[in-house]
Amino acid sequence: MSSVVPERCDVLVVGAGPAGMAAAVAAARSGASVVVIDDNPAPGGQIWRDGPGAKLPPAARKWRDALERHANIRVRSGTRVVAAPSPGELLLEDAEGAVRMRWSKLILCTGARELLLPFPGWTLPGVTGAGGLQALIKAGLPVEGERIVVAGSGPLLLAAAATARSAGAKVLRIAEQASFASVARFGAGLARWPGKAAQAVALADSCYRTSSHVVSAGGAGQVESVRLRQGNGKEVEIACDRIACGFGLVPNTQLGRMLGCALASDGFSARGLQVDARQATSVPGIYAAGECTGFGGSERALAQGSIAGHAAVGDERAAAAHEGERARWDAFAAQLHRGFALHAGIRVLPRPDTLVCRCEDVPFSVLQDCSGWTDAKLHRRCGMGACQGRVCGDAAQFLFGWTPPVPRPPLSPVRIATLAGLGEVVGGADARQ
Amino acid sequence: MSAHTLLNIDGRLVRVKTGSSVAAALRVAGGTGVARISVGGQPRAPFCGMGVCQECRVLVDGRRRLACQTVCTEGMRVETSE
Repeated sequence: MSSVVPERCDVLVVGAGPAGMAAAVAAARSGASVVVIDDNPAPGGQIWRDGPGAKLPPAARKWRDALERHANIRVRSGTRVVAAPSPGELLLEDAEGAVRMRWSKLILCTGARELLLPFPGWTLPGVTGAGGLQALIKAGLPVEGERIVVAGSGPLLLAAAATARSAGAKVLRIAEQASFASVARFGAGLARWPGKAAQAVALADSCYRTSSHVVSAGGAGQVESVRLRQGNGKEVEIACDRIACGFGLVPNTQLGRMLGCALASDGFSARGLQVDARQATSVPGIYAAGECTGFGGSERALAQGSIAGHAAVGDERAAAAHEGERARWDAFAAQLHRGFALHAGIRVLPRPDTLVCRCEDVPFSVLQDCSGWTDAKLHRRCGMGACQGRVCGDAAQFLFGWTPPVPRPPLSPVRIATLAGLGEVVGGADARQ
Repeated sequence: MSAHTLLNIDGRLVRVKTGSSVAAALRVAGGTGVARISVGGQPRAPFCGMGVCQECRVLVDGRRRLACQTVCTEGMRVETSE
């Protein structure tokens, strides 16, 4: 029987990507005890994911070293948030055990996930997200000699293609759903932001096609081909071993929403956590930074994280010093969202038998006449599986316009021993709802 | 630290680069890297790559873990197809 260990800290940072790293380092300068928890095997988030297939940029090393240099920062990798048993406390679980962590200030840096949309064949082995493939390759997935088609939307497609190529794969096509005019406007504006000009050059990749999107994946037991619709309205079939398809990013707001934090209502951050000038959420003592406030890249995440970290320990002056930087990258984020808005053709990709919920194998046909997310969940089991609607909930929101309800604990699959170890506190949490 | 790690997947010894994820090891082991069979009987392999979709869940030393978020260790026992 494993027990739940009680711990406490001044500042708890959830997520060790760029925002979380910057927040922890900023808060640590005050001498506060800082704990950073992260679901991944090592700090860096998705953009700086380490592994035998990763080549970390100098900035990633710099921030990792900074985390290690501060004796008052403790990093707990491979750790997930399960629930909030009482105000000011989170229940955490890792591979070995569980911890009840009390915090005085909480900084949510929970990042973003890919928007993964259903199309015929998307459940075949060999289909992954675009950022998903990049993460898998960094973690050692061998792709040498494989023929890969990258599809979906956003600059992440180019980054995924570059990672696959450097691992020895043949990238046959990069299919971007946005129009040439839209992408060209985005590309022309890139020179305004330091370090982003290289992305504009990548847009000239000979495999890159605009107004082009996936129609279906074909194969028996695994991917053998992909059908793409091109800008001229014609469809083309390409033989390949893998399809890496992602339609942009969705802010991870589950934990924030469960804690009562409001979502932003307008602008590019509309589906992210609402924050004020000091990165404070609508709930006192809880801050948010990075992609969970609306995705906009690592530079914006670093600026927001620094502000949140300083603000959480009451250092207003140090926080204000990063405002200019944040404003600059906010403008970049707005341009990014304009350049890669999804067009209506993406909504008609599923066929009646295409599975929308991959956990419970729920096809598109039985969801079409549901009145909303709760109806689909209760009567069709959509979103009732292990991912708890993190994939199909986003898809249903995009396809049908359904808004998912506020998430309930446990936030991720959890061991019975962890819940049992909470004892009477579990009853207290129930009474609160 | 050794350059390679040896683990056991469904009774077979698999050698991967040290630091590789179990998701990578499933593919190194051969085949399509399938982690589980869905409720409708379909084979599923790692999909989101970052701990969200739960498609790559396997048993690691008897405990349910996500293959994409678990680093291979020497002598680890992995069972696929829940």
